[in-house]
Amino acid sequence: MSNNWEMVIGLEVHAQLKTSSKLFSSSPNQFGSEPNENVNFIDSGMPGMLPVLNFGCIEMAIKTGYALNFKINKYSVFERKNYFYPDLPQGYQISQFEFPILSEGFINIDSGDNQKKIRIERAHLEQDAGKSIHDIDPKYSFIDLNRVGTPLLEIVSYPDLSSADEVINYMSSLRQLLMYIDVCDGNMQEGSLRADVNLSVRKKGQELGTRCEIKNLNSFKFIKQAIEYEFQRQINIIDGGGEIEQNTMLFDTSTGETRAMRSKEFSHDYRYFPDPDLLPVYLSQEQIDKIKPSVGELPQDKLNKYLDNYSLDKDIAKIIITEKQNANLFEKMISESNVKPKFIAAWLVGDIFAFIKENNLEVNSLNDKTKDITDLLRLISDDVISNKAGKEILPKVLNGEGKPSELVKVLGLEQVSDSGELEKIIDEALVGEEENILKFQGGSDRVLGYFVGKCLKATKGKGNPKLINKILLERLNKK
Amino acid sequence: MKNSISQIKKALIEKKISVSELYDEYLAKAKSGNNNSFNLVIDRENNISSINDSQNRYDNGNPLPLDGIPLGIKDLFCTKGIRTTASSKILSNFIPNYESFVTQQLLNDGSIFIGKNNCDEFAMGSSNETSYFGPVINPWKNKNSQKDNLVPGGSSGGSAAAVAEGSCVASMGTDTGGSIRQPASLCGIVGLKPTFGSCSRWGIVAFASSLDQAGPLTNCVEDAAYILNSINKHDFNDSTSSNHQREDYLTDINNSLEKKIKIGIPSDYLEDVSEDILNQIDNTKQALSKHGIEFIDVEFKTTEYALSTYYILAPAEASSNLARYDGVRYGIREDGESLDDIYLNSRTKGFGDEVTRRILIGAYVLSAGYYDAYYRQAQKVRRLIKNDFQRILNDVDFILTPTTPNEAFKIGDKLDPISMYKNDIYTVPTSLAGLPGISIPSGLSKNGLPLGVQFIGNYFEEKTLLQLAALAEKELSFNE
Repeated sequence: MSNNWEMVIGLEVHAQLKTSSKLFSSSPNQFGSEPNENVNFIDSGMPGMLPVLNFGCIEMAIKTGYALNFKINKYSVFERKNYFYPDLPQGYQISQFEFPILSEGFINIDSGDNQKKIRIERAHLEQDAGKSIHDIDPKYSFIDLNRVGTPLLEIVSYPDLSSADEVINYMSSLRQLLMYIDVCDGNMQEGSLRADVNLSVRKKGQELGTRCEIKNLNSFKFIKQAIEYEFQRQINIIDGGGEIEQNTMLFDTSTGETRAMRSKEFSHDYRYFPDPDLLPVYLSQEQIDKIKPSVGELPQDKLNKYLDNYSLDKDIAKIIITEKQNANLFEKMISESNVKPKFIAAWLVGDIFAFIKENNLEVNSLNDKTKDITDLLRLISDDVISNKAGKEILPKVLNGEGKPSELVKVLGLEQVSDSGELEKIIDEALVGEEENILKFQGGSDRVLGYFVGKCLKATKGKGNPKLINKILLERLNKK
Repeated sequence: MKNSISQIKKALIEKKISVSELYDEYLAKAKSGNNNSFNLVIDRENNISSINDSQNRYDNGNPLPLDGIPLGIKDLFCTKGIRTTASSKILSNFIPNYESFVTQQLLNDGSIFIGKNNCDEFAMGSSNETSYFGPVINPWKNKNSQKDNLVPGGSSGGSAAAVAEGSCVASMGTDTGGSIRQPASLCGIVGLKPTFGSCSRWGIVAFASSLDQAGPLTNCVEDAAYILNSINKHDFNDSTSSNHQREDYLTDINNSLEKKIKIGIPSDYLEDVSEDILNQIDNTKQALSKHGIEFIDVEFKTTEYALSTYYILAPAEASSNLARYDGVRYGIREDGESLDDIYLNSRTKGFGDEVTRRILIGAYVLSAGYYDAYYRQAQKVRRLIKNDFQRILNDVDFILTPTTPNEAFKIGDKLDPISMYKNDIYTVPTSLAGLPGISIPSGLSKNGLPLGVQFIGNYFEEKTLLQLAALAEKELSFNE
């Protein structure tokens, strides 16, 4: 019975840093180029070539240090991790081992209705390897070195996670934070963010079991599937009287199963040692402090601000802070207008996001339309047009078909807010309604709705409903 | 006495010789190949435009610092479009598409390359016998045993022999544990290993990155200053390249040193040395004392640990530096049934015995369970050795030592690695400390073979080190 069992999970997340060039060479760091296009003599491991540290990667690591509550180390050392593979041209990966740039951080994640603190042991900078492609030709393997030397920040958590959902929450919180501070594009499909899952099982309250590591998972779906499968696999082995062997596992996305890649006996001895081609990284407090302002507001800061200063509903505020570009769009609209933030927020998560989704747009693409949007929202909140008319005009505004005020005129959607005119219409509408008037005065509220509807119809929907309501009540109460 | 760079330049300026004639003179000797000092001699036609350009500059009266000077280049420097092998089978077909930083400076200053000098495979050796292209023969003969072929020393043995035999005016070498100074000493020429971090390692086939340093092998100290002026520059592409202010090493080289000089002679270096070697130190001491230089005895505390420290650290780095020679992207590939077979076959057939031995030692001292006992411990001892030098250099300006414990020996004579490694006993400590050292010829042995002494200076004190060496050279010069 899996009821008595619990899983213990630690995560190693590899985040690809958004620098323009690689960690130790000037080749471009970009996805999707032709094979071996972004490769220079250093990347291809030519004789006599030397690495030169891209300090931008250090700055991004420092930023991450602030965002994930890390201790930022003033002394860190790049070492060589030695192993042979055709997509590793130097025969070693340059990585930090004994002295990482970041240690002892944490983030808080949602766990059920509560928050849970997940401790992070360390984060270190390292080079990515290239790609071996085995399925193009029956006889040959192909090597693409474009990814060689791409800067990665490996973020290693403590085994503080205890369910697939927590792992997903942890990963998405990390992703959100890294994207907020602009160090990673968060694109899991392209491999910009991938996870190795270390999982062991134990009966509740017992000692830690032997763990297996599932390598290289690059979607939330696969992470969840792999964890659930591996959890059950380990339980089945133990229940069947077996023992867990410490293995490195691969997740087969087609079958949804994990299988052993190599066992501990065959594990590499990486023979780490400090890379003599590189000097240790010494950071001064000034260098570290200098980076702090660029971290900017983090999701939690924004959430607090939205709740306290703008009185947003928590659910709405959370939707807005999911991604930094949402928050940026929202705050731009607030700063450019005097429309109430709460009103803007309602429209943003409602019709505006719906429009973005329907048309498959980037949130950022609306950044140059914020003035038009807030102009439209102003018209709605000032009762110049109805909510309904607003919904009709919004897509046209977002499509750039015209200015809101012009569109209102062209489409004839301006509300009738002239009380004289409305009074006339209302008086006409009440003619021959003596019976219903009596019903109203007898306490039937439903009749009011009927009258409002009738009056609106008479204005062809353009009458200001609030005003109609007000005049109607005056009239009805007088009679 | 061979012509120095300044004498050659004078002849070129005065049109006593043309750049082309000069080049052909050296080329002819290089091509004769009697001593196997070149792995590759560059075709004349590939150098014609450089020769013409150089001649034009002389004709226009604005020659560059090394204009028209024919140089040899150790086959460890990557030279664009010119095969670069590190004297290894595994790179025997490798033609780089880039020029090392150091050789680029030499080209920028107008020099012309005669060819690529033979050396020990991946610079691992002290006799130039580990080369895939065969041993280099020392141009010097034992006067008591004329028919024996002697080693030139190593690893820059081809460079040293080429300069000594006159097939290039000077040669660029590299020194990891003595690879410039030791062969210079055994071939009767000058060899300078600059401070680690002076000359960029970019484009030099790496042996042990924390020790490798480029430097010149020359006929005289002044020539070493000429070359050093060209190659001693900060290079952004080498993270260990120092960005300190460089000096002009040529000006004042023949002026006596400004201040009163004190030189230390480490007594522990002179225990159990032969009379031949002791004579070198005594001669030098006598000659320089005439100039008011004071000598005092000093004693290192770490000398006995230097060789073992070196033979842990250098192989450790080498085992990793040589991992890239896997037959996958360039060099020799031996096919196999599996990927592991390709690695195994390519590397087994591509590397010679000494290189294989050092890769194995290096992998061993870095492996789990041994790292702390060997590699980490050796790093600590290296620090102690550095401190030891600093302690002594607080009291004295320079240190005088023999360069080698013996004269050139017969090819094939030293078969066991340990006795070979002991050849570097006087040069290795300096390398571990990263200090500059220069070997100059100091006299002949009883067998009529050249021997040298080594002067060691403080970090980046090459200017005064060269001045001192030039002074000593004047006093000690001997005829071949």
